[in-house]
Amino acid sequence: MARSVTTQRKAINTAIAWAIGLLIFFPILWTILTSFKTEGQAIASPPIFLNFDWTLENYAIVQERSNYMRFLWNSVIIAGGSTLLGIVIAVPAAWSMAFVPGKWTKDILLWMLSTKMLPAVGVLYPIYLLFVRMGILDSRVGLVIIMMLINLPIIVWMLYTYFKEIPSEILEAARMDGATLKDEIIHVLTPMAIPGIASTVLLNFILAWNEAFWTLNLTSVNAAPLTAFIASYSSPEGLFYAKLSAASTMAIAPILILGWFSQKQLVSGLTFGAVK
Amino acid sequence: MSLKNTLYAATALSLVGAFGAVAETITIATVNNGDMIRMQGYTDKFTAATGIDVEWVTLEENVLRQRVTTDITTKGGQFDIMTIGMYETPIWGANGWLVALDDLSAEYNAADILPAMAGGLSHDGTLYAAPFYGESSMIMYRTDLMEKAGLEMPKSPTWDFIRQAAAAMTDRDAEINGICLRGKAGWGEGGAFITAMSNSFGAQWFDMDWGATFDQEPWKNTLTFFKGMMDESGPAGYATNGFNENLSLFQQGKCGMWIDATVAASFVTNPDDSTVADKVGFALAPNTGMGKNSNWLWAWALAVPAGTQKEAEAKQFIEWATSTDYIDLVAASEGWANVPPGARTSLYENPEYQKVPFAQMTLDSILSADPNDSTVNESPYVGVQFAAIPEFAGIATEVSQEFSAAYAGQQTIEEALAKAQALTNDAMEAAGYR
Amino acid sequence: MATQHSRSAARLMMAPAVFLLLVWMLVPLSLTLIFSFKKFLPLRGDQIESGWDWVTFFPSLDWVGFANYGRFVSSSAFWPAVSTTLILVGGVLIVTVVFGILLAILLNQPMWGQGFVRILVIAPFFVMPTVSALVWKNMFMDPNNGLFSHLWRFFGAEPISFLSEAAMPSIILIVSWQWLPFATLILLTAIQSLDGEQLEAAEMDGAPVLKRFWYIILPHLGRAITIVILIQTIFLLAIFAEIFVTTGGAFGTRTLSYLIFQRVLESQNVGLGSAGGVYAIILANIVAIFLMRIVGKNLDA
Repeated sequence: MARSVTTQRKAINTAIAWAIGLLIFFPILWTILTSFKTEGQAIASPPIFLNFDWTLENYAIVQERSNYMRFLWNSVIIAGGSTLLGIVIAVPAAWSMAFVPGKWTKDILLWMLSTKMLPAVGVLYPIYLLFVRMGILDSRVGLVIIMMLINLPIIVWMLYTYFKEIPSEILEAARMDGATLKDEIIHVLTPMAIPGIASTVLLNFILAWNEAFWTLNLTSVNAAPLTAFIASYSSPEGLFYAKLSAASTMAIAPILILGWFSQKQLVSGLTFGAVK
Repeated sequence: MSLKNTLYAATALSLVGAFGAVAETITIATVNNGDMIRMQGYTDKFTAATGIDVEWVTLEENVLRQRVTTDITTKGGQFDIMTIGMYETPIWGANGWLVALDDLSAEYNAADILPAMAGGLSHDGTLYAAPFYGESSMIMYRTDLMEKAGLEMPKSPTWDFIRQAAAAMTDRDAEINGICLRGKAGWGEGGAFITAMSNSFGAQWFDMDWGATFDQEPWKNTLTFFKGMMDESGPAGYATNGFNENLSLFQQGKCGMWIDATVAASFVTNPDDSTVADKVGFALAPNTGMGKNSNWLWAWALAVPAGTQKEAEAKQFIEWATSTDYIDLVAASEGWANVPPGARTSLYENPEYQKVPFAQMTLDSILSADPNDSTVNESPYVGVQFAAIPEFAGIATEVSQEFSAAYAGQQTIEEALAKAQALTNDAMEAAGYR
Repeated sequence: MATQHSRSAARLMMAPAVFLLLVWMLVPLSLTLIFSFKKFLPLRGDQIESGWDWVTFFPSLDWVGFANYGRFVSSSAFWPAVSTTLILVGGVLIVTVVFGILLAILLNQPMWGQGFVRILVIAPFFVMPTVSALVWKNMFMDPNNGLFSHLWRFFGAEPISFLSEAAMPSIILIVSWQWLPFATLILLTAIQSLDGEQLEAAEMDGAPVLKRFWYIILPHLGRAITIVILIQTIFLLAIFAEIFVTTGGAFGTRTLSYLIFQRVLESQNVGLGSAGGVYAIILANIVAIFLMRIVGKNLDA
């Protein structure tokens, strides 16, 4: 017997899901809309939804005040660099944990995760001092390293769960055929793990992009990313909702667009081993 | 070596020289206030005149404090100029973290800086930061609403009059609140306001043995009066309102009176932003007849951290940004009402500026605040709305959080004061005062 | 059939990651530990002399024994901060898991435009915490101009000041909004792997919706739920920007990490703050051990 879904039920599902989806998305939509209003319209009572004079003035003001492209570029470099570096370091580690597990593997994995629980504010002072001594304050290199270290546990863990899902028979077959360890990783394992790696890259790119404590405290000019860009738009004098909205839209738009285009890849791999 | 080669070498050298001069860049950390953002717009003129490039790091006030304090205490060297206030300057100056500004050029005329400002930005008589603008606080009120209420604002009103006027002006249906004041947690926000207000009620932060005084009557009177008045006539959620929130309320015509920084006068009278620009009157901050008005004294100033490689360039910028020429520059293109106020004596002697409606009241307010004698009874500290000791910012932020929780009705005034008393004494003990 | 050879190769391959994380953990941790036994008040002129101070335990700073530790716990702010932390983490976990499950079940139903709805639901995850806090605080929760206050007035109610009168629920709402997509996505993947026939059979048998949910769907999601809880807890314990932007720690929203921030940066008492940092690490590890017991069991299963 074929599963029959009545059109009526489908319509109800659709209506509910769309309503909830729009509700969840609304704050972002509202921010984007507000960014095209004048300051006066932004606080009009009752609120104006679509029937306002669309203007790009706020974007012009924001761009005039801060060089958006530089912040954007720094965000790309820091998020991208830290993610790639993290992947390079994490793939071998995750491989060995998944395929040559030892007595301590699980403990090491959990210990790695626990390093993420170090409260950042508690170690700001030591890290700042270290950065001063090493001369990497306000440098992209310094930020790439920090972001990589912060996200490394998550990367290792995600990769580990993907690798574990790959049947070890395949690897053994490859070994029978005389494949070296290098061949095994590059030619057998990596192609199979591409979806998992893609998802890991995306998730960590997003996490690094949105990290706001270290990126704000360890930069000033040269390495300042979009999280620092937005820090100058919180409650300046006078009316600011429209300008704040424009700056916010500029800060989140790149990652929002990237996320939407790659959501299939992100979602397909985002299981953390939750599905067996 | 041929002549040609020599020529080449000379050209190359001069190119390097020229390039070097252009490439000189100073980094300035500043707060995202209107006057500072305006200054950024004029930076091109400074670069054109001197060949020095300027990089701005513009941050919200709390983030700025956090960033520059970390940087100065760790000698991070991230900034060539820092925007700091009257609270930080004497403390940092005493620690030797700032370059003394005692060799500014003759045409800069440092003697022209208002003595109240220069005093607050000095340590042991040496100037460590140049005021970009200075402020006190005063009453800004809606002349139309005052008239409607059938009242007349005296030049120096009492708190009782303010409370009565606030109640008379309040019209909840028309979304008009009789009075808007800062209740927001943070020592520079609601903390500054309530401290200045408490001075007029005879309260003070510390007694002569650096003990907290929140268990005494004047503080209780201050808070009870404040909360009582705000509950009657203040806007909803005043416990989270700071300067910016109140400014936008006032500009939208939702406040009858607002007691806050004198610099706000130019924002509320600016017809571009304010719907009530032509209906604003000014008066001195209120008192209770005990001899002190409840106005503060503050300056946002530019300082050069010790150890910067670009001391000369940084000083050059400070001389430009805090000069009378800069004031003339802003006046020429944006009008006298928009120049950075409160820093220079000559500004208030300028007949053009005297025509600005709030000029005289601003000066009177500034002159009536004395950091060295801010409380009714004797106190061991310097400062009007703060005590110039390193521990104050941390303590006052926590105290003001307790106060804000009381404004919001989450605890009683007595509970808030008891907690404030305990945490202040605890922190002062930790710092070794007691 | 791991050989001796592949074992040593495996160890070698793990080494960089383990080494880096070890350094990342040990260096700040040991510095924090040293500072926590010192009097270190930078604004009172306590200075670290030179680069070599690291090795000699900062001779320019005075040792004070356990004074900082005692002072940190005896402060009236300590226990409220611990419970605030737990309430915040717990509150967000409950909201995101419960609504995540409901949303995942909904999204798994047949409908038109499923892909588009998923795009809408996933979006908050891409918004940086600072931006989301600023937007919620100003454009929604502001008692005068926020959208909520308009909504309240429309229904004739007096607008409330969310961030002072209901500060904790407001922050939980903001943070949950950011993390709901993450929970939903993981739970959705897990639901999609559920055997459709089993559900249909139950439906045929006339099992009511609630029973089907309770006996078939929920047990199937157990593993996914544990993982959502684990990952989110790690991130939620470190929440900072949302509090900094919205309440600044006032109105009972001061978490342990915010208290440490106040001690280190606002009061500039690095020794005291470092002692707080050590406590926070201990708390995090208690939570971690507790969680990992559950997850570890689940991972083996």
